[in-house]
Amino acid sequence: MKLTLKIILGFFVSVNLFSQNKTFPTATSVIKKIDFNMLSKSQIINSEMIVYGKRKSRTIRSRGYSEGLNKNFTEYLYPEREKGTKMLRLQDRLWIYSPSTDRIIQLSGHLLRQSLMGSDLSYEDMMEERKLSEIYNATIVGEEKIEDRDVWKMELTALVDDINYFKRILWVDKQRYVPLKEDLFAKSGELLKRISFYNYKKTDGRWYPRKMNYRDMLKNGKGTDFIVNEIKFNVSIPDQYFLKSTLKE
Amino acid sequence: MIKFLIKGILRDPSKSIIPIFVITIGVMVTVLISGLVKGILSEVVNKNANLDTGHLKIMTKPYAENKDQLPNDLAILDLSILKESLELNYPNVDWAPRIKFAGIIDVPDKNGETKIQGPTLGLAYSILNTESKELKRLGIESSLIKGEIPKSENQILISDEFANKLSLSLGDEITFFGSTMEGSMVFEKVIMSGTIRFGTPLLDKGSFIMDLSYAQKILDMEDGAGELLGFLDNEIYNPIRAEEIKKDFNKKNINNLDEYAPIMLTLRDQNDLAPTLDLMDLITGIFIIVFVLAMSLVLWNTGLMGGLRRYNEFGIRLALGESKPKVYKFLLIESLIIGTIGSFIGTILGVSFCYYFQEVGLDFSDELAGTSIVMPSIMRAHISIDLFFIGFIPGLISMFLGTALSGRGIFKRETARLFKELEV
Repeated sequence: MKLTLKIILGFFVSVNLFSQNKTFPTATSVIKKIDFNMLSKSQIINSEMIVYGKRKSRTIRSRGYSEGLNKNFTEYLYPEREKGTKMLRLQDRLWIYSPSTDRIIQLSGHLLRQSLMGSDLSYEDMMEERKLSEIYNATIVGEEKIEDRDVWKMELTALVDDINYFKRILWVDKQRYVPLKEDLFAKSGELLKRISFYNYKKTDGRWYPRKMNYRDMLKNGKGTDFIVNEIKFNVSIPDQYFLKSTLKE
Repeated sequence: MIKFLIKGILRDPSKSIIPIFVITIGVMVTVLISGLVKGILSEVVNKNANLDTGHLKIMTKPYAENKDQLPNDLAILDLSILKESLELNYPNVDWAPRIKFAGIIDVPDKNGETKIQGPTLGLAYSILNTESKELKRLGIESSLIKGEIPKSENQILISDEFANKLSLSLGDEITFFGSTMEGSMVFEKVIMSGTIRFGTPLLDKGSFIMDLSYAQKILDMEDGAGELLGFLDNEIYNPIRAEEIKKDFNKKNINNLDEYAPIMLTLRDQNDLAPTLDLMDLITGIFIIVFVLAMSLVLWNTGLMGGLRRYNEFGIRLALGESKPKVYKFLLIESLIIGTIGSFIGTILGVSFCYYFQEVGLDFSDELAGTSIVMPSIMRAHISIDLFFIGFIPGLISMFLGTALSGRGIFKRETARLFKELEV
């Protein structure tokens, strides 16, 4: 009798283990796949940012060039007030060029936490390009459904100190290995921002969202939409784009 | 009779020196403390009113709810229409629109790149408009440390402490980096025409003053302002009048369904000033009551001791045929004279010390360095007419009460025992 029970129990345990292994891949492998989809060796992106203000909304168009994880150059194209404004990020430093004053201003420290052009993104958000797999320890904490897609709910805790958000909760598409929703937390546990990802399209073997909504959870409002009109991965970008001296050109 | 009593007091100082000394000290302390409390109170009220709250303040409802974040996207628009209607309804109030905005002051090097920078609070006042009372109200001229008041729109005044921190000199061109009311970037080259001391640590740390119309232009706030401050007649805060205007204005707007409808607050409604003002009033009242009671007790005791010392004098006077009520009456009049002398000296000394603290002040800048409220860094006493009565009358009353209580012993003297005592 005891032997029969052991065999039955053993059977269920092994089936359960097998099924868990099948449903839950290692968290590290999941975020590495997310990194593959969201980051590339270089990229050129034409985008628009819709800032939903309290009284009216604004649309800001820009073209961004990035190489590796540490070089990023953005030129603002629209509206007239922002046209010609350029931003250059090298490592953790950010310079902004204003054509109206012909001045280059460097931002650093806590000033980087300020809102970018009145949006729900901060300069720091815009600058954060590090691989999730290198700066967070990830665990899969559950399974859910978001808009009919099966997702893993993942909890990421910071491995490094110099980080904008100590904890992230990601809802990751099981098939495409991309986040559909992301909650960003402070070390105190307070929810600071929520990002929703929409309209994923495959380009050059990567799934990339064509629309993201950033919401500063400390403010009331609809947040800011970041819409990708065109994106090119792994293209050659001339070095001059990443030189401070070319900001004034 | 008065002359006779004064001669008595002067020729026999032993019967008046202690009461005069006690009253002088008590009155002096009362006058000094009252002057300091009133001075600090009026400094706090004036500083808050002129720099931040006004006697009345109008904001939009959502701006008022988030005013610490300087939410200029929620500012008052169509300001001229609102101002016109206010001037019609409340003709004796001066209305001053203001904008507060945050950003960075960036100092360039010779290549036009950032040499040094710091976060700043911009304060936009109507300083170029000759009809505006803001220059006088804010005491900008008297607060100038270096340079001159802006003469053109792109000139600004920077707090002296901040200018020193950024190593700025007069005429230096610097860049203000901030955002418009809708969030667009603002880069504006401005010139430092002078430095100023606000006298409040919060603003002295890193603020600058810009002309209102120029700020409206660069912040895309044409005909808009974050706050509209109201100042009552002669710039004197009258809490009752302020409350009346507030109630009337808010009543008229109670059915306004606009999300950005204006709302009015009085000075007391802002910066937690109501409990502060009430507490200070209470402290002054309690202090005076306690003083009168304590002084009465001390002087009662002094009177008793004096009465014992003057036992023989009263005995002889009664023996010579003076009636008890007459001796008692003389004693009370004498107490009034002594009280007057003590109160007079005490008031003069108290007012003199107040004058010193009014001119020199007490520097609390170190203690207030980290504070986030508008408080004057130098607290000063304030001499007003009531200081001449606030100690004088209680001094007089306490001496009179003390003597009246101790002098009752006269009525207990028995004529039969009196002659026996006089034989001794």
